[in-house]
Amino acid sequence: MAARESHDALPDNARHSRSDGRLKRSAKAWHRERGTRVRRQRVRAAWLFLTPMLIVLAAVAGWPLIRTFWFSLTDASLSSLDGAQFIGVENYLVFDDGWYGILADPLWWQSVWNTLYFTLVSVSLEAVLGVIVALVLNARFRGRTLVRAAMLIPWAIPTVVSARIWAWMLNDQFGIINHMLLGLGLIDAPLSWTADASLSMWAVIMVDVWKATPFVALLVLAALQMLPSDCYEAARVDGIHPVRVFFRVTLPLITPALLVAVIFRALDALRVFDVIYVLTSNAASTMTMSIYARQQLVEFQDVGYGSAASTLLFMIIALVTVVYLYLGRRQLGGGQ
Amino acid sequence: MTLRMLKAVVLKIGFWALVGVLMLYAIFPFYYAVVTSLKPSSELFEVSYWIDDLDFSNYVAVPSQPAFLAAIRNSVIVAVSVVIIALLLGLTAAWALGRVRFRGRTTVMMLVLGVSMFPQVAVLSGLFEVIRTLDLYNSPGGLILSYTIFTLPFTVWILTTFMRQLPDELEEAAIVDGASPWVTLTKVFMPLLWPAMATTGLLAFIAAWNEFLFALTFTLTDTQRTVPVAIALISGGSQYELPWGPIMAASVIVTVPLVVLVVIFQRRIVSGLTAGAVKG
Repeated sequence: MAARESHDALPDNARHSRSDGRLKRSAKAWHRERGTRVRRQRVRAAWLFLTPMLIVLAAVAGWPLIRTFWFSLTDASLSSLDGAQFIGVENYLVFDDGWYGILADPLWWQSVWNTLYFTLVSVSLEAVLGVIVALVLNARFRGRTLVRAAMLIPWAIPTVVSARIWAWMLNDQFGIINHMLLGLGLIDAPLSWTADASLSMWAVIMVDVWKATPFVALLVLAALQMLPSDCYEAARVDGIHPVRVFFRVTLPLITPALLVAVIFRALDALRVFDVIYVLTSNAASTMTMSIYARQQLVEFQDVGYGSAASTLLFMIIALVTVVYLYLGRRQLGGGQ
Repeated sequence: MTLRMLKAVVLKIGFWALVGVLMLYAIFPFYYAVVTSLKPSSELFEVSYWIDDLDFSNYVAVPSQPAFLAAIRNSVIVAVSVVIIALLLGLTAAWALGRVRFRGRTTVMMLVLGVSMFPQVAVLSGLFEVIRTLDLYNSPGGLILSYTIFTLPFTVWILTTFMRQLPDELEEAAIVDGASPWVTLTKVFMPLLWPAMATTGLLAFIAAWNEFLFALTFTLTDTQRTVPVAIALISGGSQYELPWGPIMAASVIVTVPLVVLVVIFQRRIVSGLTAGAVKG
């Protein structure tokens, strides 16, 4: 409106000489001005819309994280959080006639090792099995929808429930797994899966692989369904063996999706808690970093020490995440 | 010729055998839980692969415990509230992140992604303090608040992905008509985003229903427990006397709704999982 009015207010001679050009230009300016106004309004609305989410995330994630880090530098206990005294890095490492603190605790190092072992083995198994399941689900056959729905069941069952079900199946005296293995003649005597220190980690891995493979399979399946069919036809015309086609064509093409799935699973496995807590409780042979930290925090009520363990776990996961984001960005940059 | 036919037959048999094995692997544990839950406790200690005669005593025993009913009620309250909050906050944030270009957008996206990778243990003591300060310890409110830490990030992430896929023309028309961003969001985008919201809501519901660590730590009494904690804490006289029948019956009761939901909405869940690549 303003632009049009100013045009009307122009001196007569000016209007006569270049009225057309000026009209166009001012109309454009009017649009531009309105555009910036709308844009500014939208940006303001965007921040307004983001604020509730940011406040909630700050309250449940940002602030607690800072507080946990602070607690890790104090002697806080569960009963006296407010009276915590600053003690520096004593929870992490201190020399007092011998080394003390988490970094000098063999149980902590065992739980670090257990966590890494668990993550490496279970995620590798899930990746291999996930690709196999995805390849099967990608084939066209009758009842495919039914099979896909069945594959989702382990994923949908609450972790606590699946741990309980497997604990019953792995029961040393009455468990069906021992019964099957005995029946097949694979073992001579029943195994105590969850109590035996050398077997319990495998029991935990078994449950985790059962539960998490569908997730990997679904992500890989989505990638498989977007593959171009022409290279497969070319390969078939050339008579190339399907196994060779898989390793030369399929696998490289689904690698990005598989990597995403593996990273998400690895981040999940590094913080694993519930399946182990239910299956083997606080046993040293399966203790992970999360179990260790929670035991210190809640059962021993030592908030300072437990927070130090939590902080170390956070740093390890942050490191993995940063490496992943860096690699992901470099990969994206290379693709462009 | 016959060799090739033989090979084809063998391949076909092998494929169906593989399908069978995978099906068995996926379904058997849950099937076995159902079988166990339908046996009287006297028959529990003889392994059998199917149900000889139905015995519902476990299903009568479990719901008659007030603590279990309270746990189901708490879980429903917590999960439904978490879904509503996550969708409300997630939808507005997703409009901002998906439809508006502004400085700092990438930073916010990275922040959200970063929070979704938080180990829950890392905030346990700090969050405990927050919850106690707000006087929400040992109440569903504390769990609802703390569950936003893992539901909100993936809700925002998935809804942003879906929001970006919608064509620009939709919004341009609304802008020309002078509609405010709020009106655009509720009148233009929300009707189109119902499927995406159903997907994300379902995933948030499952995540909240299954959560264990916060529920175990931030509740104290039996009446405030959620279902996973209640099931994890069922115990007998000793480690060797666990009441497996009732445990399996309780497990089946809380899992059947999820399994039904997943089987009905499997297509939606798959699209949500692949859009956001959220944790399982």
